[in-house]
Amino acid sequence: MHASARPAVSVKIPPIVTSAAARETPTALSMRMTISRLNFFYGSKQVLFDVSMGIATNKVTSLIGPSGCGKSTLLRTLNRMHEAVRGARLEGEILLDGQNIFTQDVTSYRRRVGMVFQRPNPFPKSIFENVAYGLRINGSKVPISDAVEKSLRHAALWDEVKDHLHKSAYELSGGQQQRLCIARALAVEPEVLLLDEPCSALDPISTAKIEELLVQLKDLCTIVTVTHNMQQAARISDFTAFLLTGQLIEFSPTPHLFTTPADPRTEAYITGRFG
Amino acid sequence: MTPRLRWRKFVSGFMLAMTGVCALVAVSVLFFILGYLVYHGGTSISWNFFTKLPAPVGESGGGMANAILGSAKLLLIASLFGVPIGFFGAIYLAEFSGGTTAFVVRYAADLLNGVPSIVIGIFAYGLVVLPFKHFSTLAGGFALGLMMIPITLRSTEEFLRAVPRALREAAMALGASKWKTIVTVIVPAAYRGILTAVLLAFARVAGETAPLLFTAFGNRFWSPGWQQPTASLPVMIFTYAVAPYDDWHRQAWAAGLVLLGLILVINIVARAILSRGIAVPRS
Repeated sequence: MHASARPAVSVKIPPIVTSAAARETPTALSMRMTISRLNFFYGSKQVLFDVSMGIATNKVTSLIGPSGCGKSTLLRTLNRMHEAVRGARLEGEILLDGQNIFTQDVTSYRRRVGMVFQRPNPFPKSIFENVAYGLRINGSKVPISDAVEKSLRHAALWDEVKDHLHKSAYELSGGQQQRLCIARALAVEPEVLLLDEPCSALDPISTAKIEELLVQLKDLCTIVTVTHNMQQAARISDFTAFLLTGQLIEFSPTPHLFTTPADPRTEAYITGRFG
Repeated sequence: MTPRLRWRKFVSGFMLAMTGVCALVAVSVLFFILGYLVYHGGTSISWNFFTKLPAPVGESGGGMANAILGSAKLLLIASLFGVPIGFFGAIYLAEFSGGTTAFVVRYAADLLNGVPSIVIGIFAYGLVVLPFKHFSTLAGGFALGLMMIPITLRSTEEFLRAVPRALREAAMALGASKWKTIVTVIVPAAYRGILTAVLLAFARVAGETAPLLFTAFGNRFWSPGWQQPTASLPVMIFTYAVAPYDDWHRQAWAAGLVLLGLILVINIVARAILSRGIAVPRS
């Protein structure tokens, strides 16, 4: 996976497969985020190669690919979580609403781009305090209990927890904890919500609830999700990006990618020949 | 049963019995000490022990009220000095430093932990007693506080490191700065462990005698303020136990019982704190 071993391949695949998406949807989609020529390194190891793509406003975009293809890394760069990792370095540009995300203050930037992780990670606090956390640390002026209720409703959790908001978050089931984490992220009203395999630690029923939730949430914010479950990508997303060994192989509207993939590697992956 | 199998069974049974006996000996040493102390101390302890000053030589009766208060003052100074340094040092170690710095600090703390307590006493004597030209509560508290630093530092660091990475990421992703994350998430998640560590460090130094011998020295009367020599339970035990009076020996047993009781209570409280409340699951 070293940069030197790559050039032959990356020449063959022009990074702007993105144009396929643009062709399919001529009705000028507005782009919430734009990633251009992103190269990412952990120390001397390159994990993303020249990735360019757009994230459409109020749509669900899925990143799929086999383990180690760089999809989680790509997602984490979108809210600059990689900066906490020693030896992580990137080249290229990411814009949010036309502004370079790397020149902004990192803490206020992350309030605009929320993130939900693979395993539910509620704080060791009450249900209420978990959701209120983002508001409290940001010194929000809105009444906190109203905002907490609103977020829990958006995360379809309110009815299940409204009578015991002050119980420990760890008393909830795994699926409820994950919806709590979504509520926590929604409380600060982010423009973009990133989800890193949000259902991989959950049972099928909880997974179905979260999928349904994500589809509803796109009216509220722009959603980017990483998944290694192709059916899930097909069910919930408007756009799908297929990554392989750090390269963006194909990026198009979801029905297009799953029915008429342009690249033979995409076809091999979605028909289950590897990964 | 072949002779070989019989031999194996014998070895297995023998080893099992040996390990059991050793475990029993380990536990019974504690109970033997406890029982011995309760037997000797229990008969000598009285209300006077907690309320009266030591009786003049030759008179019987009297108590160690000044030593109990002296120990409390010494431990207060020690905690005020040792705990914050250990605690904030641990935050630096666990959250900010990396590589060489962390290694050096950690190694130094382990070495400090291994320094004989009498050496800590000499150090405090040279640094605090000599310049002020008299023994004092402050000097004794300083010596005990020095001993609390490495214990608090190392165990607090362990508890901070045990906070799952996922919690830090959750806070960061919500726009919390590093300091906010530490104050609002990491320390609250680890506080029970930290409190336990502090209590154990406290219990550890509560019984130290050597660092007090030439810092707090000793006093047969009340020690007002912080700048005079003060009595303390461990030093009183030392003085009374080697004295040639039976009455003093009984007083020493009583002091031993009180000290051990205090340390046991602290230990039990520490374990109780550690076992209740919202525990953070390990991921």
